[in-house]
Amino acid sequence: MKVAVVVFPGSNCERDCEHVLENVIGASVVRAWHRDHELPKVDCVVLPGGFSYGDYLRAGAVSKISPIMKAVSEFAFSGGPVIGICNGFQVLLECGLLPGAMLRNRSLRFVCKDTFVRCATERTPFTSGLSLGEVLKLPIAHAEGNYYVDAEELRALQDNDQIVFQYTSGDGEANDGANPNGSIFNIAGVCNRAGNVLGMMPHPERAAEDVLGNSGGAALFASIIHTL
Amino acid sequence: MQRARVLIRNKPGVFDPQGKVVHSGLRRLGHESVQDVRVGKVIDLRFASGSPDELRARIERMCSEFLVNPVIEDYTIQFLDEE
Repeated sequence: MKVAVVVFPGSNCERDCEHVLENVIGASVVRAWHRDHELPKVDCVVLPGGFSYGDYLRAGAVSKISPIMKAVSEFAFSGGPVIGICNGFQVLLECGLLPGAMLRNRSLRFVCKDTFVRCATERTPFTSGLSLGEVLKLPIAHAEGNYYVDAEELRALQDNDQIVFQYTSGDGEANDGANPNGSIFNIAGVCNRAGNVLGMMPHPERAAEDVLGNSGGAALFASIIHTL
Repeated sequence: MQRARVLIRNKPGVFDPQGKVVHSGLRRLGHESVQDVRVGKVIDLRFASGSPDELRARIERMCSEFLVNPVIEDYTIQFLDEE
């Protein structure tokens, strides 16, 4: 399996993603630069976390007009699996590849901690190796992860099985106390209607090895191989 | 030189944490008459030429393409006096 990791000025999780994909999962990785007009021939695209373009204007807003995103959109429209993690999720929202937008965390603080998230659908290529309702411990690190959609769009997400992860307690209950940023309906990750594009705020690449004390995130990357 | 100003705010009903914090700061300073605060962004644009109508159409396109996120934000366009 060959994976492209897209690098924007200000990305800072691309090496973590590469490391997990290459050394934990055994995939081969190529980097795609924001100025590239074409993606290399790959099976999957990862948009890593960071602060692309310094979060100027809005998080992900300047990245959406970079040349590589046109190629990523075409890849996504043709059914290719795309995952955006943290800032990558924000970029996917700005591009309109995923519905909704990010607001500032309701605490107004940058939140960096482990959270529990429950897998709410296993139909995406990134969650096919998980079971429905499975709870993972994954770290978050963001200031703008307060996911917002209006009531009508939220119903559409529910009706179309697009909510992929919800913040929960350790035993899988999606209550307000388990919501680290104020996201509507405790949403931590959503996919497009087709299910091939996933955006999530938690960082599975930071929790994919036993040496780090938590390897739960590896299952997301392993799912891609399983699916392809 | 034509000058235009785009004012961007979160839509009514969308969480505006900056407004909330500024509001509580004003109250702490004794300005209890303030009922609500919303904080937005200002983007000033300069053009070499163009009538307000032409410029308005162009700026609306810029807003929908890039400057504004319509999921959470509203905007208004103002034209400023020529320099």
